[in-house]
Amino acid sequence: MPSFEHESPALTNVLPTCLADTLRPTLAARVLKVLARHGVAATIARRTTCCGQPAYNAGYESEARRVARPTVRALAKSQGQIVVPSGSCTAMMSRHWPALFAGTADETRARDVAARVIELSQALAAGSAPPAAGDRDKPVAYHGSCHLERELGERDAPRAALRAAGHEVREPTEGYLCCGFGGTFAVKLPAVSVAMADEKLDSLSATGATTVVGCDLSCLMHLEARARTRRLPLQFRHLAEQLTVRGDE
Amino acid sequence: MNDVAVRFVTRADRELRNDRVRAAVRHTTSLLAANRSTALDGLADPDAVRDSAHAIRRRAIDTLPQLLDRWAARATANGIIVHRARTAADAVRVVLDLADAQATAGHSPVRIAKGKSMASEEIDLNDALEAAGHEVVETDLGEFIIQLAREKPSHLIVPAIHKSRFDVAELFTTDAGRPIEPDVDAEAAYARARLREAFLRADIGITGVNFAIAETGSVCLVENEGNGRMCTSLPRVHVAIMGMERIVDTWAELDVMLALLARSATGQALSVYTNIISGPRRDDELDGPDEVHVIVLDNGREAIVGTEFDDALLCIRCGACLNVCPVYRNIGGHAYGTVYSGPIGAVLMPLLRPDDPASRELSEASTLCGACTEVCPVRIPLHDLLLRERHRDAPGDASRLRRVTFRLWSVAWAHPLSYRISIHVVRAILRLSSRVPKLARRAPGWAGAWTRDRVVPRVRR
Ligand code: SF4
Repeated sequence: MPSFEHESPALTNVLPTCLADTLRPTLAARVLKVLARHGVAATIARRTTCCGQPAYNAGYESEARRVARPTVRALAKSQGQIVVPSGSCTAMMSRHWPALFAGTADETRARDVAARVIELSQALAAGSAPPAAGDRDKPVAYHGSCHLERELGERDAPRAALRAAGHEVREPTEGYLCCGFGGTFAVKLPAVSVAMADEKLDSLSATGATTVVGCDLSCLMHLEARARTRRLPLQFRHLAEQLTVRGDE
Repeated sequence: MNDVAVRFVTRADRELRNDRVRAAVRHTTSLLAANRSTALDGLADPDAVRDSAHAIRRRAIDTLPQLLDRWAARATANGIIVHRARTAADAVRVVLDLADAQATAGHSPVRIAKGKSMASEEIDLNDALEAAGHEVVETDLGEFIIQLAREKPSHLIVPAIHKSRFDVAELFTTDAGRPIEPDVDAEAAYARARLREAFLRADIGITGVNFAIAETGSVCLVENEGNGRMCTSLPRVHVAIMGMERIVDTWAELDVMLALLARSATGQALSVYTNIISGPRRDDELDGPDEVHVIVLDNGREAIVGTEFDDALLCIRCGACLNVCPVYRNIGGHAYGTVYSGPIGAVLMPLLRPDDPASRELSEASTLCGACTEVCPVRIPLHDLLLRERHRDAPGDASRLRRVTFRLWSVAWAHPLSYRISIHVVRAILRLSSRVPKLARRAPGWAGAWTRDRVVPRVRR
């Protein structure tokens, strides 16, 4: 239902994120659908690229700025809140953009956008309660991504959204441990990254749930790539995917 | 262990393959992390205590020169001999001179009993003392094990965290010249007997310092085994080595720090022994050393004060950040190749040794997951500091290929249209390469680094 893109004047904008553009082009549409259920009318932001985090976390500030600039400028033209289906990108924009663009022509824009970004589950929590969902009572394991839990301090909202949809939410032991993705870390220290994924996959498997839900595609992509190599019977779904059904996009 | 020519990634991979070490480290760190969390919950308002600990440490760093002078004046008045060492070599020189004085006085070979001290590890003191013909015995059980193995500590507070009781039995058997059973009680009994002898014979006791207290010119040393108390009271000479930043102003401040230190380190409300040393034995006292020396070590610290990185100097060496670090938990301390490991090591080494590429590259030893920052009792923003270090070092240190890669990527993604096109190209590449997994695994560079143990990410509609 791409018609959402043309509905106006929707105040809430959704930034699809570069990883979703690459791996799950329909994720943004699903985000719109979930938001709509919670009473939030939204539209997909246009002419955006990436938040610049891959370069920023690897130490390359000017490259990060170059990549993030079109996104800053596009989003600065919008009004209202900007929903991002990634804890990591949200943290990059809200916590680091003001410093990244300090002293540049885009400083004011970056500050304005930083103040308006909100991660998807947080937007859902702020919206109205959704109508009770149907046959969704199967257990899911929740993977709380590092930047969502610690940079943004958001632990409750995603779990609450899953419970509201009728899921039993199971927690892996030592759930705070990182999945080992870490951007370029995954390829700079691949063996350590995989060892961390294995530790996480073992604790996720031990929950007995076969569906793993998270709010960051990056972690999910990493865990899925390793789980498939190990032939583990686990499915990985973004919160927006889990809260919508096929065809919702 | 210090093979700096070998890159961090190589050392990490090597340690990763050691399943026994990995299991031991994961087990103990999990235990310590759980203990810490329970112990912190036992405080009425742990967040408030941590806030005030941060403020206390921050004030100390902001007024470091004055605080050190105040402490030194009182300590000197108490009869402590204060030495300031700018470099590791300066500090080693002071200790060697003190040992020589003992030798000249007829106590040869000079026997030295050492308590746990990371500062002494930092300056490679044992090697220097042994090279000069002196006899050094580490008296902390973990350090003793490490000394027998001729290794470096692999954890701030559990130096032999990577050793199992079987490893220990082997080392003790060799040391004893008779079989010591791989049983914790038997091992402890052997160590106790062996170390008691070392205390009684020692001419010099060397220890670290947890905190200097400016108010009274004292130093505080916490420990669990009683060996520190022996080292500071039995030998004729006590030498304490402290990092210059390890200071608080008042006893009230010390109280706050102690409330957090043991809880964060091991989950204890207080360490078993809290030693306060304010001077040598007075004429009317029965016990204690004739001389107390404190060496205040700079070794790269002063240069950090006042920079955007100086929160790193707030550290009280509790080890909590190591225990929750998923990187440390998998590779252990030796992979870092430096005296300090884990998140604080990765933060501190590029600052203490900014000219050393092997130290600088340690800022890469993190996914920036922030677990360290969350547990640090003095609220050091560890993962933010790692990020800032990358901003400082990465562009200059990276290979040409890597710099060019980031540049090209940023140019391609600097416009919405070229971004769209490149996304389609990437999708096509991912689709194609997932059809030829064997070929993908042999891809060069970062692509191959991903696919060696992971399939190509699945592209969906
Ligand atoms: S950085 Fe913080 S958590 Fe780590 S050892 Fe130092 S005080 Fe403890």
